[in-house]
Amino acid sequence: MSSAPSSPLHLAVALDGTGWHPASWREPVARPRDLFAAGYWADLVAEAERGLLDFVTFEDGLGLQSSHFLEPDGRTDQVRGRLDAVLLAARIAPLTRHIGLVPTTVVTHTEPFHISKAIATLDYVSTGRAGLRVQITARPNEAAHFGRRTIPPIDTYDSPVVTGLFDEAADYVEVVRRLWDSWEDDAEIRDAATGRFIDRDKLHYIDFEGRHFSVKGPSITPRPPQGQPVVTALAHQTVPYRLVARQADIGYVTPHDAGQARAIVAEIRAEQEAAGRADEPLHVFGDLVVFLDDDPAAATARRERLNALAGSPYTSDARIFTGTPSQLADLLQELQSAGLSGFRLRPAVLGHDLPAITRGLVPELQRRGAFRRAYEADTLRGLLGLARPANRYSPKLSASLEPGGTPTASTAVTA
Amino acid sequence: MSKPLKQIHLAAHFPGVNNTTVWSDPKAGSHIEFSSFAHFARTAERAKFDFLFLAEGLRLREQGGKIYDLDVVGRPDTFTVLAALAAVTEHLGLTGTINSTFNEPYEVARQFASLDHLSGGRSAWNVVTSWDAFTGENFRRGGFLPQEERYSRAKEFLATANELFDSWHGDEILADQVTGTFLRDAKAGAFVHTGQHFDIQGQFNVPRSPQGRPVIFQAGDSDEGREFAASDADAIFSRYATLKEGQAFYADVKNRLAKYGRRPDQLLILPAATFVLGDTDAEAEERAREVRRRQVSGATALKHLEFVWNRDLSSYDPDGPLPDIDPDLADHHISRGRAQVRMYRDPLATAREWRERAAANNWSIRDLVIETGNRQNFVGSPETVARTINDFVQADASDGFILVPHITPGGLDVFADKVVPLLQEQGVFRTEYEGRTLRDHLGLAHPDDVRGDVRSERVAS
Repeated sequence: MSSAPSSPLHLAVALDGTGWHPASWREPVARPRDLFAAGYWADLVAEAERGLLDFVTFEDGLGLQSSHFLEPDGRTDQVRGRLDAVLLAARIAPLTRHIGLVPTTVVTHTEPFHISKAIATLDYVSTGRAGLRVQITARPNEAAHFGRRTIPPIDTYDSPVVTGLFDEAADYVEVVRRLWDSWEDDAEIRDAATGRFIDRDKLHYIDFEGRHFSVKGPSITPRPPQGQPVVTALAHQTVPYRLVARQADIGYVTPHDAGQARAIVAEIRAEQEAAGRADEPLHVFGDLVVFLDDDPAAATARRERLNALAGSPYTSDARIFTGTPSQLADLLQELQSAGLSGFRLRPAVLGHDLPAITRGLVPELQRRGAFRRAYEADTLRGLLGLARPANRYSPKLSASLEPGGTPTASTAVTA
Repeated sequence: MSKPLKQIHLAAHFPGVNNTTVWSDPKAGSHIEFSSFAHFARTAERAKFDFLFLAEGLRLREQGGKIYDLDVVGRPDTFTVLAALAAVTEHLGLTGTINSTFNEPYEVARQFASLDHLSGGRSAWNVVTSWDAFTGENFRRGGFLPQEERYSRAKEFLATANELFDSWHGDEILADQVTGTFLRDAKAGAFVHTGQHFDIQGQFNVPRSPQGRPVIFQAGDSDEGREFAASDADAIFSRYATLKEGQAFYADVKNRLAKYGRRPDQLLILPAATFVLGDTDAEAEERAREVRRRQVSGATALKHLEFVWNRDLSSYDPDGPLPDIDPDLADHHISRGRAQVRMYRDPLATAREWRERAAANNWSIRDLVIETGNRQNFVGSPETVARTINDFVQADASDGFILVPHITPGGLDVFADKVVPLLQEQGVFRTEYEGRTLRDHLGLAHPDDVRGDVRSERVAS
């Protein structure tokens, strides 16, 4: 998806706690006592929808948050505890109309069958606005919460253990996607003459068999409104880039300048070609942490004040932007010209930086002709310019699959 | 009356994937669109019902090796649709059936604690067990349980989930912006569980929810199931909706409570019940006959006969006599993913009895299936149905009912409009919600109070 510099860009916001800075909860504008009440999240998503954003993501994890890479940190001075992201997204869905809802799911310890029907159901309750962000975990303490497998210790991000977890994630997404397609759109016939509610020839066993697991299918949930809800993943290295290239609709990447953005996009495109998906649309979004104020000095002062509260300067995998909405618009357009088609912004302080995005950055981008002035579609795929995909099991693509038969030629991913 | 009137508890079961649901009715709507669930939930809340109930099945049913296509097929994910319903209701309890075999305690506890937060204390969990490899084929954990282990796993699953719910006490989150202390205790949520089925440890990551724990339902009917309910559940989703059977079941289960140190009012008995209303009793009876014929088409009748015969009977005429051949007693059953077939423990005897009854009454296959199948529990005018329901509850045949309409999603509307006001007039059903949480509606104490702990201020609203 190469974009001319003036073409519209896509904007998402990543919701997590009171914001991405670990001391964000101490700002007067933060609401740290409301983090486990639906109203807090409803207010945030309403603000994002007011700014016409494409979607919000909800972070999640299968253990307490930690400032350490692989183990708990025992800290009591930062936000700890969180709600299940899929349920949170579903709770917000009936309160919103247009904005996409993209919860995070940890794939390492969960069941693809459950997640496939959960996201399909999120798509039903939001009438076509569901997505999914897949994430792995290599944390031994989280494995101990399940007690079903041990994750060997890793020392680097490109350890074979991590590669294995990402390969498993690719299988997981393959199963989730096949299950979404396991009902053809017109499978429900309600044929009074024959008494049949469904045409069972339009339901399909997915018969997935991979190195890590096997799943039979079909789903218990009919094909969701978007056909395939939007699959996303955050990626920093070749191995996760490959997951994005093989299975995602959006990859979130963390370039620190236009040159890095260009290189990452080129690498993902090459992997996409190697995976045989060169013709399929795949968005590459840049992730940025943002401190936004109308006065750049105020933004810098705020960042320094929060760092002092936290006891150390905030660091991130993503570039940390500190400045005005106009300066951020300049940066986004520069990165866009390097091949990114959108951005997932991580507000440093949600109560401050989210409204700064919706009421400062968005109008600035609109003035430049670089962002929508009204929602132009009813579904998340529609907002992202993604067509509703054909069903991989429909007869036009492959021979129909009789129950008990053998799998048809779908994109088999075997590890 | 010497004894004060019992208050009735009422709940609404979203129509399920069996032949109770008449999908062919012109008024029948979608079973998957959220608007159907929202309509159903709003009707239940308008009628001041205690809760809405969702069933679950994790593999599509098959018969004769093919997906069963005569009933409603397909449903949403239980947790996800309940969380969405929390947004369109304020008081209604949200009860979900979640399997203890194809899930893990940490994940399920997170989901119920999250649902309880997101609904302001309205979540409930119908704990069911399963052991079949057929369903297991949909899960990476695969596997399945020996039948005799299913309750031991369910009990340990629930005990483990309770340890996770209780791992936060409700006073850990200070969120003191001045001192910078968010958590009072770095060990918040710490747990260790070592047992036969689960060996897990770490820290749970969802703080204490408004109800402390979800309300626990149990639905099994075996002796083991009844003990499980008596020791661990807050309510039973039972199948005995006739007066005599209901009273026997009620007495049996309530009598089991004492040995667990529990009082009779700490376990509610709530049978599933169907109903057909008419302006008069005669009109309702006529309508009920028609509904039963629609629930049992000729094709459905043959399939139901196959549950007993365990053979392909598709060549038989549903309007003709019963098969002369005997049931196939092979281990492999023609129907898969359906608990109902286990009820026929002696197929030869059932077949013999059915042949005799059909011959004596000159019944066809379809007539027989209609006559031996489930009749609607409450048939009559609103006055008759209201009186019958109240009589059942006051006679200790139940503490209320989980009503299962046969039309989606509007089948509950007439009950809400015609029967509920009569129960309210009699002073046996609430006219307004008196509390916010499902425990409040059901008259169940908060778990902290049950345990005699000091009830601490809870963080969530």
